[in-house]
Amino acid sequence: MLFDDHKPASLSRRTLLHAGAGFAGSFMLPASFIRPVYAADDKPAIGTWPAGSQGDTVYIGATVPRTGAYAVQGEDELKGMQLAVEHINAGSDLLKQIAPKVDKGVLGKKVELVVADSGAKPNNAVQSQQTFINDHKIIAMTGSTSSAVAVALNKFAEREKILYLVAISGSNDTTGKDCARYSFRQCVYGETCANAIGPVLLKNFGKGKKAAFMTPDYTYGHTVTKSVNDYLTANGGWEMVTNQISPLGTQDFSQYLTNIANSGAEFIINVNWGRDAVLSVQQAKQFGLTPNMKMVIPYQIPFLAKEVGAELTEGVFAATDFWWTMEDKYPLAKMFVDEFQKKYNYRPEWGAENSYMQFAIWARMVSEAGTFYPPDVIKQYEKGETFPSMVGDVKFRPEDHQLIRPVVIVRGKAPKDMKNEEDFWEVLDVVPGEGLMQKPDAFGCKLGDYT
Amino acid sequence: MVNWANFISQCFNGLVLGALLALISSGLTIIYGTLGVLNFAHGAMFMLGGYAGWVAYDYTGSFIVALIAGSLFVMLVGVLMERLIIRYFYARPQEDQILVTFGLGIVFVEGVRFFFGSLSKTVPPPSLFQGITNLGFMVYPTYRLALLGIVAVALLALYFVLYRTRIGMIVRAGIEDSVMVGSLGIDVYKVFMLVFGIGAMAAGFAGIVNAPVVSIAPDVGEAILVQTFVVVVIGGVGSFPGAVLGGIIAGEIISITSMFNPGYAYVMLFVAMTLVLVLRPYGLLGTAGRE
Repeated sequence: MLFDDHKPASLSRRTLLHAGAGFAGSFMLPASFIRPVYAADDKPAIGTWPAGSQGDTVYIGATVPRTGAYAVQGEDELKGMQLAVEHINAGSDLLKQIAPKVDKGVLGKKVELVVADSGAKPNNAVQSQQTFINDHKIIAMTGSTSSAVAVALNKFAEREKILYLVAISGSNDTTGKDCARYSFRQCVYGETCANAIGPVLLKNFGKGKKAAFMTPDYTYGHTVTKSVNDYLTANGGWEMVTNQISPLGTQDFSQYLTNIANSGAEFIINVNWGRDAVLSVQQAKQFGLTPNMKMVIPYQIPFLAKEVGAELTEGVFAATDFWWTMEDKYPLAKMFVDEFQKKYNYRPEWGAENSYMQFAIWARMVSEAGTFYPPDVIKQYEKGETFPSMVGDVKFRPEDHQLIRPVVIVRGKAPKDMKNEEDFWEVLDVVPGEGLMQKPDAFGCKLGDYT
Repeated sequence: MVNWANFISQCFNGLVLGALLALISSGLTIIYGTLGVLNFAHGAMFMLGGYAGWVAYDYTGSFIVALIAGSLFVMLVGVLMERLIIRYFYARPQEDQILVTFGLGIVFVEGVRFFFGSLSKTVPPPSLFQGITNLGFMVYPTYRLALLGIVAVALLALYFVLYRTRIGMIVRAGIEDSVMVGSLGIDVYKVFMLVFGIGAMAAGFAGIVNAPVVSIAPDVGEAILVQTFVVVVIGGVGSFPGAVLGGIIAGEIISITSMFNPGYAYVMLFVAMTLVLVLRPYGLLGTAGRE
């Protein structure tokens, strides 16, 4: 007989009876007897702790855009995460430089990544992370390429009491008015970029210029535009003659470009990002606006130059997180670029560098804290210890959980000056982070509770 | 104060966008009007046209070849889609048709993403139309001006086929009463296959014509699909002249609103659609429809 439906039934009935007896019995025991070991040192269960770290493997949930206007950047970001996880589990040399206590996993556990497509939409990201919490008891979440997603996940992380490692997010709000106790950001953002690129623009182009802004219509765009405009107005007497606000995912920028053509602007400050930036840069050229008007990209876009070609990015000033030629100056950058290129066959852009660093920092903090217990890990971040990174020594600011790190200023190379097919940008300056940041409470950050 | 140079430029933008929307919408509306199928894969057809054209351009370096190859490829995809899948759905509820075409659209998009990646691809305009034209009162990208002409010719050709040929007559008769046409000894289903192919081709052609303006990526069809449906609703479902009128109205609404407040461009588009639905439920040039 192929299916004996008596045996399983009787088995399960017996199991059930046992379980029931155990369950009933447990009520009769004094509370101290059934409290698990972990609770002995005053660490009550919180978020997915301790369930999420009891097995051999801990999971990190990543919601990155694999479709939509930010898909290209999301894919690069994901590759950075995958390489980091591989390095954490192998205890690679590069990772150990950032997190010395990591040895084949974190606190003896393997790390695994679970991934979903967010399409750069906050709702999708939150829903997927909720699923990861239910299915995998993730101990940390990550992913964002739109600051709208980052801000949503900040709030979600705070509610669920699960760490959130911000991926790409340039909005001031992410560690400003929407900051969260459970959230940490590695990358540069609007205010730091504005303060880093502002002096470069004034030095190269002088004072009293007229600028047209192109702004994507959400938290990232509005805060970056405000920071850049505030700097240029206050320090150089520049005037914003028009601000063209377009929705994320705009295809045809002709209406906005026509407005700019008729605005009398001398500069286009393009805050658009991802595919929006690719299309707006290409179409600005079609309309003959560039190179007559100078283009500035205050928050540089990974793969922009690759997609539009060096002819269109030549001479364009941009502020960024990382560019691969920094390997000449920083040994860790060199190790990272080499390893990444070996695995993926292209040089990483800053999305990949940012997510790799976020994972390496997380591994450092957990291994230094000696526990996955979220409040302890957070307090480890908040110690503000200095540690090495691909752009020199860095540390977290405890008041808003923003990494204090340099901003890199680059300028687009002419096609004839490129030494290889990915040599798009020349690094002009690496501006120390300390002086670029606003006061910790200037953007209204109030961190939430630990528990 | 209205800046007249800007206003006229925006009207041109609206016309270019409108022409493109008209072309895509005409394909959608022909398929719906004739076969009663709401083709949610129509945006993906637009995208496929762009990619097929780009591949052809990559091999030959000729825009004309890209245009022809892109259109024919998407027509073939349309015909195969109709033969292999859609014809089994004619008699089924509209929800099933929407789901199956929507699903096919996703398959096309993800297939393209798998083969070509997410990095966008650009087809340069033919050398004849490169650069900028000074019209005296404004400067405008030459290719966008050319695009107006190309789309106008394509729309006229479609109109000619549908209204001045025997095939068109059969198609239009098929819309009214397919049983009667069938009883006259005409294989209505072969005509239906052709209609699906022509409808798809209109989207594919638009895809490659648009590639020098907006570089192509796997998701380009998604955004345009929504606008296309709005155009069809404004113009009148199933009406070819309605698609053209609706396209131009939609293009102008988006452009002229953008001049004052870009944030409201799409809001105004939907406001216009709502107004049309309230005042003329069958669209500006639509009739009471087939149902």
